[in-house]
Amino acid sequence: MKKSLQNLFIAIIYIILYAPLLVMVFFSFNEGRSTSVFSGFSLKWYQELFSSRDTMTALQNTLVLAITSAVIATVLGTAAAVYMYQVRNRAWKTTLKTVTNIPMMVPEIVTGVSMMLLFVFVGRLLGAANALSFWTLLIAHVTFNLPYVILNVLPKLNQTDPHLSEAAQDLGSTPFSAFFKVVLPAVLPGIISGFIMSFTMSLDDFVISYYTTGSDFQTLPLKIFAMTKKTVKPDMYALSSLIFLTVLVLLLVVNISQIKQDRKNSGK
Amino acid sequence: MKKKSLLQQAAGAPYIVWAALFIIIPLVIVVYYAFTDKTGAFTMDNIVSLADYKETFLISFEYAFIASLICLAIAYPFAYIMSRRGQAAQRIMMMLVMLPMWMNLLIRTYSWMNILEKNGIINNILADFGMEPLKMIGTPGAVIFGMIYNYIPYMIIPIYNVMSKIEPSLLEAAEDLGSGALSKLRRVILPLSMPGVISGFTMVFVPSVSTFYISQKLGGGKIMLIGDAIERQMQTSYNYNLGASLSLVLMVVILVSMVILNRFAGDDDLLI
Repeated sequence: MKKSLQNLFIAIIYIILYAPLLVMVFFSFNEGRSTSVFSGFSLKWYQELFSSRDTMTALQNTLVLAITSAVIATVLGTAAAVYMYQVRNRAWKTTLKTVTNIPMMVPEIVTGVSMMLLFVFVGRLLGAANALSFWTLLIAHVTFNLPYVILNVLPKLNQTDPHLSEAAQDLGSTPFSAFFKVVLPAVLPGIISGFIMSFTMSLDDFVISYYTTGSDFQTLPLKIFAMTKKTVKPDMYALSSLIFLTVLVLLLVVNISQIKQDRKNSGK
Repeated sequence: MKKKSLLQQAAGAPYIVWAALFIIIPLVIVVYYAFTDKTGAFTMDNIVSLADYKETFLISFEYAFIASLICLAIAYPFAYIMSRRGQAAQRIMMMLVMLPMWMNLLIRTYSWMNILEKNGIINNILADFGMEPLKMIGTPGAVIFGMIYNYIPYMIIPIYNVMSKIEPSLLEAAEDLGSGALSKLRRVILPLSMPGVISGFTMVFVPSVSTFYISQKLGGGKIMLIGDAIERQMQTSYNYNLGASLSLVLMVVILVSMVILNRFAGDDDLLI
């Protein structure tokens, strides 16, 4: 009895969580232009999607931005974590950690506004008419990705044995190669998860992009925003359904392999 | 040894420069814009005119607070039930909580608008049964619902993370020592899960209080939150100085309340 009540509660929450996603998938197959009145089954919005240059450009822009910003943030952030790991001065360490946390504590809209004002201010000093562009957007994305990389790599560094790198050096390694051969492989899982988090944060970001991009560079979330100012046609739902399907498959693969791993470990 | 630390010292330089340029200086510039006028001369006008936004600030904090409390009330039992299931079930349930977050918030919110609007899905179904349409879009309830819907995973995840680490043996020990269900909750589960509750609360509250998309779509243009006020100044009125002063106050209020929340959480005596 108690268990069935629990299951009912869980089921209701999941139904609410997935209701808008079901609506989205359902209306992506609508024959009409409406996203709330279904007039018949059709695949035409999927066709429209792939023939729309605009949407494809936005998709390409989003991916280019996400990959570039995640790569830069991962390199900068990993180097920063390596540095922060060895800082002994307490006050300096706290300062660094606080500054790293700022982009995560401050609301996105404030981060967006503050960076926009910086770019506008510098642009005015340089006499540029329009300061915002792909480059300002890239800087903004790297900035909000950095904490995710640092917070993934730093704990992994703290877990590694500090004597490991010393041992490698005693055995004749240079500090440089000791780092790349011993320390880096040990923290690699942290670096990878930092990269993946950065990549997905960047893909999904709307608020900060909205304030920091120029009119010549539109990402998918920005395009969706512009479209939802008017009425959305089902092609946006078609695109989102495809993204949903991709993510679903990826997450299922990861989770099923982890469940198998769990079973193996508990079987030992 | 000396050489190694030199290399590590150098590794920090690019980040320190980056953080100074793009984290610290932008915040200084917000302060600069908030206290100057269009010509760059010092003025208190932007701060003084914030008095007009008193109501906006109040409802933003009120809605976000209500949304965070309801999120907590739903997420807490949800996370608890989840943490007591088998390992495979836990993984699948967690995946299902995170999956919607991978879809863009704009699309999910727009989809809710389709469900709730005047000629939307719910009202169409009601009409089929011959019932009067409900007015949902444009009400505070719809905006608060939008906040809860979009941000509840941020409450479930941290609470689940701390709860899944509570050893079952600890709960058994409490039972053996004569704890009933209620005192087990109050004396064991609640104190141990408090860090998760605090971080969940802030992770829901901060994006809720500063949202502008949810209020635009589900508020039907009638409900203006602080995020909407900032957006209007920055993107339509181009009054950057007023936009900066609104952002500054929002940021300061949030940081102060987070410090208070963490103090409060750090004091164990308050929990029992």
